[in-house]
Amino acid sequence: MKKITKYVIADILRNKIVLAYTVFLWIISFTVFNLENNATKGLLSLLNIVLIIVPLVSIVFATIYVYNSSEFIELLVSQPLQRKKIWISLFAGLAGSLSLAYFVGAGIPILIYALSSTGLIMLLMGLFLSIIFVAIAMLAAVITRDKAKGIGISILLWLYFSLLFDGLVLFILFQFQDYPLEKPMLLLSGLNPIDLGRILILLKMDVSALMGYTGAIFKDFFGTGIGFSIALLVMLVWIFVPVWLSARRFCRKDL
Amino acid sequence: MFAATNGWAKTIKVGKSEAIHTIQQAIGQALSGDTVLVAAGNYAEKNIIIKKSISLIGEGYPVLDGEHHYEIISVKANNVLIKGFKLVHSGISSMVDIAGIKIYESRNVKIIGNKLDDTFFGIYVQSGANCLIMDNQLTAYSVTEQQAGNGIHCWKCDSLLIFNNQISGHRDGIYFEFVTNSYISENVSEHNIRYGLHFMFSHNDDYLNNIFKNNGAGVSVMFTHGVKMIENIFEDNWGDGAFGLLLKEISDSYVYGNKFINNTSAIYMEGASRIKMQRNEFSNNGWGLKIQASCMDIDIAYNNFIGNTFDISTNGSLVLNRFDHNYWDKYEGYDLNKNNIGDVPFHPVSLFSMIVEKNPSAMMLFRSFMTTILDKTERILPSLTPENLKDNYPFMKPLKL
Repeated sequence: MKKITKYVIADILRNKIVLAYTVFLWIISFTVFNLENNATKGLLSLLNIVLIIVPLVSIVFATIYVYNSSEFIELLVSQPLQRKKIWISLFAGLAGSLSLAYFVGAGIPILIYALSSTGLIMLLMGLFLSIIFVAIAMLAAVITRDKAKGIGISILLWLYFSLLFDGLVLFILFQFQDYPLEKPMLLLSGLNPIDLGRILILLKMDVSALMGYTGAIFKDFFGTGIGFSIALLVMLVWIFVPVWLSARRFCRKDL
Repeated sequence: MFAATNGWAKTIKVGKSEAIHTIQQAIGQALSGDTVLVAAGNYAEKNIIIKKSISLIGEGYPVLDGEHHYEIISVKANNVLIKGFKLVHSGISSMVDIAGIKIYESRNVKIIGNKLDDTFFGIYVQSGANCLIMDNQLTAYSVTEQQAGNGIHCWKCDSLLIFNNQISGHRDGIYFEFVTNSYISENVSEHNIRYGLHFMFSHNDDYLNNIFKNNGAGVSVMFTHGVKMIENIFEDNWGDGAFGLLLKEISDSYVYGNKFINNTSAIYMEGASRIKMQRNEFSNNGWGLKIQASCMDIDIAYNNFIGNTFDISTNGSLVLNRFDHNYWDKYEGYDLNKNNIGDVPFHPVSLFSMIVEKNPSAMMLFRSFMTTILDKTERILPSLTPENLKDNYPFMKPLKL
């Protein structure tokens, strides 16, 4: 299992796309921090990168990679290896290399320029989002054999999580604005890893505004040790559930 | 009364080693114009009532104990001076306003350099005039509003000077009702349960160089005209109902050179009119200015808005106020002729702040991709945000304040 993971990581690292992704993140982070004279504003600009670019690259790259290595996977399956292990190590390799790319590209500039609780939480959320979207990509890739369809599904999923979901939330908010929606909002935020990550970062970044009416509820919940642990747990669920579903599907799949 | 002026005034000493042991006794012997000098020690003398124009001076902070039951000093005469005492444990009552020191319908009373600890109301001025309250420290430890009194409470007074007092743990730090022509200056009011300063029907008062920090609901100024608020600091007032400064039904007033830092809302304005708001600094607040559509003729100029989550929010489309000549760190325009004034107007109200105003739960979507897109499109083609709420001459660089 380790061997396969190692091979996958080595293969990806040799791939120029991930290298380009790392360099891209690196340049953007340094530009952002050097352009703004205060680190908080730099982090704010980086927030959009973390919440939009990182999931997009992770999901698209992972989907394409899984399709491109279908022959390699078939070869592995013909060996005396458990399918589940093959799939998990493929996931580990992809998640490991993409989070490494994120860590080098954005994490190191954050550590250099904005070593604060806000910076650290942003680093952590970026890593989580990289891994979660690799997991979702694996699920998208295992659903269909058709590469174009698979990439389409993953892009749609990205669009859903980064844009459509928030639109739906806004819609619900205005449709049911006569009802107390503070607690349902907590639940809704757990249904989208990008939202959850954003809220956790904002709790450090915009703490004054979040002390207001609804913000206070987020603050009371996620601001406490228990709430924060629950949030991290939800993030872990967002990793495990797609991986588990896709592994199950992969085990039964006729390749 | 002539004794006070013709030099016949005498000094009566009170203390364990003196002939007179109790303050009550000394006051009984004193005539108007005399000085009662109290040595250090513990004095539990129930309610001390001063009905003569005397000076009551403590040496080494003698302790006056109200035993959780009495009002400690009641002043019912003009020209009284109370200086250098430590007043502890006044009574608490929901029927009468028991205070550490209470002034009843008197003029020219001076309360200087006392320490009040665990009193219900601290210093209470009822129908006073020309009084001076200076260098006092007032501390209370109340938990609920019902069990708490105000630090310095002034009712129906004129020409007071409240200077350099430290107030904490009361219901309202300083409370003004029907008080006119007074100064509140260089006080520190923090950690009070409700307001740092509470101000109603008090016309033509000035407050300068005060610090209001971490109070339950900040500072509130209501139903008043002619107030000058100059160079105060409003800091760390957090919570949904908390405002750095709440202006309700205020007119003809100045807000000048103040600093608003780290508040949930720095200023909340409702029904205010003819106010000049200049050279203030708004930094790291949740909301810089919440200005309701019921305000008119507010002149907001030469202020710095730095690092606020929302600079301005409002609840309607009617704008009768001016926002020109400010610095906004969110301004993204350009300055071709390099005169330090941006060439395109700045719209400080974002669409998202309007959404949050209507539906507070939408705060969940703050800084999300979608709301960012909505905000950008709104900036280009304003449809929901008030189009007239704009700064036509925004500064490119922060002003030096």
